[in-house]
Amino acid sequence: MSAVLPSPAATAIVPRRGLLLGIRGWAGVTIALAVVAVVVPVMNLLMPEGSVFHLSDYAVQLVAKIMCYAMAALAMDLIWGYTGILSLGHGVFFALGGYAMGMYLMRQIGRDGQYRMDMPDFMVFLNWKEYPWHWALSNSFVAQMALVVLAPGVLAFVFGFFAFRSRIKGVYFSIITQAMTYAMMLLFFRNETGFGGNNGFTDFKRILGTPIATPSMRMLLFVITGCTLIGFFLMARAIVSSKFGRVLQAIRDAESRVMFTGYDPLRYKLAIWTLSAVMCGIAGALYVPQVGIINPSEMTPAASIEIAIWTAVGGRATLVGPIVGAFFVNGAKSWFTQVFPEFWLYFLGALFIAVTLFLPGGIVGIFRHPKVLALLGRSERREGGADA
Amino acid sequence: MTPDLMRAGAQAKRDAERRAVALHAGNRGGRETSYSRVVNAGELDVTHGAILYLEDITVSFDGFKALNALSLSISAGEMRCIIGPNGAGKTTMMDVITGKTRPDAGRAFFGSTIDLLRLRENEIASVGVGRKFQKPTVFEQLSVFENLELALKADRGVRASLFFRLSGEQLDRIGQMLVLIHLKDSAQRTAGMLSHGQKQWLEIGMLLMQNPKLLLLDEPVAGMTDEETERTAELFLSLEGSHSLVVVEHDMKFIHELTHGNPAKKVTVLHEGSVLAEGSLADVQQDEKVVEVYLGR
Repeated sequence: MSAVLPSPAATAIVPRRGLLLGIRGWAGVTIALAVVAVVVPVMNLLMPEGSVFHLSDYAVQLVAKIMCYAMAALAMDLIWGYTGILSLGHGVFFALGGYAMGMYLMRQIGRDGQYRMDMPDFMVFLNWKEYPWHWALSNSFVAQMALVVLAPGVLAFVFGFFAFRSRIKGVYFSIITQAMTYAMMLLFFRNETGFGGNNGFTDFKRILGTPIATPSMRMLLFVITGCTLIGFFLMARAIVSSKFGRVLQAIRDAESRVMFTGYDPLRYKLAIWTLSAVMCGIAGALYVPQVGIINPSEMTPAASIEIAIWTAVGGRATLVGPIVGAFFVNGAKSWFTQVFPEFWLYFLGALFIAVTLFLPGGIVGIFRHPKVLALLGRSERREGGADA
Repeated sequence: MTPDLMRAGAQAKRDAERRAVALHAGNRGGRETSYSRVVNAGELDVTHGAILYLEDITVSFDGFKALNALSLSISAGEMRCIIGPNGAGKTTMMDVITGKTRPDAGRAFFGSTIDLLRLRENEIASVGVGRKFQKPTVFEQLSVFENLELALKADRGVRASLFFRLSGEQLDRIGQMLVLIHLKDSAQRTAGMLSHGQKQWLEIGMLLMQNPKLLLLDEPVAGMTDEETERTAELFLSLEGSHSLVVVEHDMKFIHELTHGNPAKKVTVLHEGSVLAEGSLADVQQDEKVVEVYLGR
């Protein structure tokens, strides 16, 4: 390829592009895959209870939950870190995916609910005789899985189309996404919308006809969640290293130049915004059967802000960052809320301020600092290089 | 349109193409006229000589008329320098041409068929109008190479960019451009690390990658060293003829460099949103009204 260039020295101009990740990156992905699909199942299911190698059900469930959060943080990173659009409403997409899954799980309860009736308990309680229209397909797993993708996708597409077409940017966009999540929360709180009001959906019994609370079903969901997270990571990697990804970064840095170069920013923003929402929806759908509950508290403005915090703490515009951030913040949260429950919110606030002031690159940013790299004996890499 | 008319049109187009092949049609500056020539929608048509035609453009911001019935015509292949005191409406004029600002009244045409007032910014860029901003605007977090790659003329759609691969020919073009703008050694540097003058050059390089027919250059040599300014003048003079250029500049020395090879080259003076004088640099500099606007107050 370089032979046709004007001079031999010009070979240096061609950026190294090829495989999605470097050798270390692929090694990391392989290890992650092995841990998720082999090590954890073996440690949880096969090791005896007292063994040092035994992994408790609690730990498995916690990690599964955090992996769902990590997917949401990854989705947030694509839209905020790479495209520069701060969404403070991603909790809605997460919850919509969760509710779509929850509706199916509610139908799977069958007559095993408190009232021993065909319909879900909250509908019996409200004295409803037939299902509302949006529950029409809730008995079909396939239809509800389609809804997991379509509900957040369509909402994001319509909302994004009007917001981006009106060229709403920066903090104004963030504010209307907060308003959106708040409005949706109020809607889902109401009993007559048919989403179980403030209790939401819970008390799930089965999925696809098999009991949901068995160790093997738990483990299956864990493995699916882990593989989905790794899949999302690789997909995000492919996106940001394509020309499409570079246009997104260009929109972040100089949108007017992008326009005057002939690109239509609306299409690009809308594409990544919708994709990001769908990723959140899938994360929510995996979250619900493992946590066992979905209610409108997932749509509070604070829940959406937390997703942004995970991303910022881990490191924006890096793909490992949001995953690290989700694990760090939520790990700290589960420890803090056990040891000093009353201080958790203070700690979260202090963490966010500290990261903003001292670590603009987040946790991952520390390892990209020239001095730290020198300490580790590695040469400086350009942002977005082969590093995974 | 009736089917027979459509068929006739298609036949005429085929005939024209066959003739063009038969004649080994070289570059005639797109000025060839013939009775069977079919004008394709969205294609630049400069058979009437003008590439940019502004008529009675008026823009007002809260009552202040930034442009006041401005009329201007730029010929294909022409280099036109535009000067004027601060607030004369030079940047607003560029905003109107590139679709950033919609005028209250007037008409703006690119060639004789493309109505600029009906297109959005990115569409105007796609039909062949390139714009350089006053403040150099490049993608600071991307490398110099990636900046040029994004500007490269290619399908601007989302799907096309998702699966985009550089061809050898395109790589060649980027290589040549890097040489032309003297940034070959900085190809892998982040654009944000370049000096002010280098950013100006990179932006000019990005414009050229788009293959524009018309270049709008807003103070292209601001912040450049004397040597860089001289090289920029050389570059622009080499583009003249194959491209049309509109250069807005305060630096009279630079204008002089651009015009001294051809003393008859037109310079336009803008003042209070309309054309105050037009003519060669020498004529304009002697014009009493111009002297008054620039010196007497």
